[in-house]
Amino acid sequence: MKSKFWKRWGLPLVLVLIFPLTVLLPKFGIINPYIDLVLKYIGINIILTVSLNLVNGYMGEFSVGHAGFMAIGAYASSLLTVWVFPRELGPFLFPVALLAGGAAAGIAGLGIAFPSFRTRGDYLAIVTLAFNMIIKSVLENIDVIGGPRGFMGMEKLTSLWWVYIVVILMVFLARNYVFSNFGRGVLSIREDEIASGLVSVSTRQVKVLTFVFSAFLAGVAGGLFAHELQFINPRSFTILKSTDMLVMVYLGGVGSLGGSILGATVYTVVMEGLRTVLQQVGISQEWRLVVAPLMLILLMIYRPSGIMGLREFRFLVPREERPEALAEFREQARAAKGAKEVVP
Amino acid sequence: MTLLHIEHLTHYFGGLRAVHEFNLELQSGELVAIIGPNGAGKTTVFNLITGVYRPSEGNIVFQGQNLIGHKPHEIVSRGIARTFQNIRLFKELSVLDNVRIAHYTRAGYSSWEALLHLPNFIKQERRVRRETLDLLGIFGLDGAAETTSKNLPYGQQRRLEIARALATRPALLLLDEPAAGMNPAEVEQLMETILWIRREFQLTILLIEHQMRVVMGIAERIKVLDFGETIAEGTPQEIQNHPRVIEAYLGEEVAA
Repeated sequence: MKSKFWKRWGLPLVLVLIFPLTVLLPKFGIINPYIDLVLKYIGINIILTVSLNLVNGYMGEFSVGHAGFMAIGAYASSLLTVWVFPRELGPFLFPVALLAGGAAAGIAGLGIAFPSFRTRGDYLAIVTLAFNMIIKSVLENIDVIGGPRGFMGMEKLTSLWWVYIVVILMVFLARNYVFSNFGRGVLSIREDEIASGLVSVSTRQVKVLTFVFSAFLAGVAGGLFAHELQFINPRSFTILKSTDMLVMVYLGGVGSLGGSILGATVYTVVMEGLRTVLQQVGISQEWRLVVAPLMLILLMIYRPSGIMGLREFRFLVPREERPEALAEFREQARAAKGAKEVVP
Repeated sequence: MTLLHIEHLTHYFGGLRAVHEFNLELQSGELVAIIGPNGAGKTTVFNLITGVYRPSEGNIVFQGQNLIGHKPHEIVSRGIARTFQNIRLFKELSVLDNVRIAHYTRAGYSSWEALLHLPNFIKQERRVRRETLDLLGIFGLDGAAETTSKNLPYGQQRRLEIARALATRPALLLLDEPAAGMNPAEVEQLMETILWIRREFQLTILLIEHQMRVVMGIAERIKVLDFGETIAEGTPQEIQNHPRVIEAYLGEEVAA
């Protein structure tokens, strides 16, 4: 029997202990810059996957334009760090820039969600698809931010430890959301929207809130992405990027945070691994582009629920929601009630 | 005291008149049944009351407030809950979550408090969980709190649906064919359950039912619909011998 202390503080302690590694390993060259980069991509992809999973997995709607929100986050945060914030304060104001990028994406999400959720069905897919394309062309046509040439001048603020902290924070927020009244409302909409409204869930409110939160997460990931590459251009945020996110969501498992983490990790590693493999074999790198859609098709046929299905890792479930805690609550409730009358 | 007052309620689906000039006056504490052949418009009346459809004409006044044009979740929050003809639980969710979802408007915390896992969120979640377990306990379902609801036996799914409806703290409960698919023993139990919850939760109940055992056994008043028209109204005894009711159910007498 594990003690109460470990149950409560075990996970935070492990996370805190890993933190120095994320600072020291890249610094002393224990992991080479390439591994460092892949790890950062995994982190960014985890946030993106969680973001899209909220809408496509938990809510059962279908967004195909999340790269648009990522673009808004990337540009908004980059404009802040390059134009607005003083250079020497950059590293300290980086979280502010990330949050601002997320907020900008969230506002865009609000603009999309309001009209889209008047109806249900394929409507959202079409609107988000159009949104993704519009964002790309708008960015291409604003000359002050580089137009099609892209925007640069950001410092390399995205370090492994920043990614680590932000991922933990975002997954924490998403977990809290999912295991709340709102998260359950989201699930009920996926299960049966009419019944959901008829047991007092304000379906419109839940849908808009979830979509905005999802857009916010994508925006934050965009900020991290921009300050890693130090160069962004509209072509980085096309429907192809959105497709990557879709594959990661369905690979890991819809309606599961653990699935999002697994899906993002496996997909990133496979795609990077393929780079080396194709080079060794001597086949064109273009073939990597075939893999993502192919994976999506095979997944849909052979394992539509992804690696995790609707399950969740234990450490991602709040303590009070775990089975043994519920059993305890039930005993308490029974004890307090005594032998009260029961429905015939 | 008049709880629900419906007048001239009329609804068209395209050219089809599903409900015509439906009137109903419900007093607090009453148990009234709506019966009629399939397609008579009974469920449509429920859908109109709960805001799933917006009526073409007519008024629905509940506790002095007009319900026309309000969304389903607003109407539920005002105290009208319902169950469905074909059970509509959230199938993939646990029994506990099915009932907790019905606490949506009474959760007592904001989205910020939920996102940041603040103390008020934790406190309110405990309260909701406790209330839910208590309610499930009353229905003998607390032992199955973590079961996925689709895995419950049929009779318990019906009970869970009623429990979920009660979690919204209604004053008026609409039951849409609660006895559908039940065997005689289960029907007997259901009738007791309905009377019990009416007493314990001080409910007014409006009931759609095909099984005459249930209707004649517990309803105080009956309305009979046929093709959207109200063809008869009265006590169970009056309805049983009403010529138009017999005609609607059995067909017209043919002159020899």
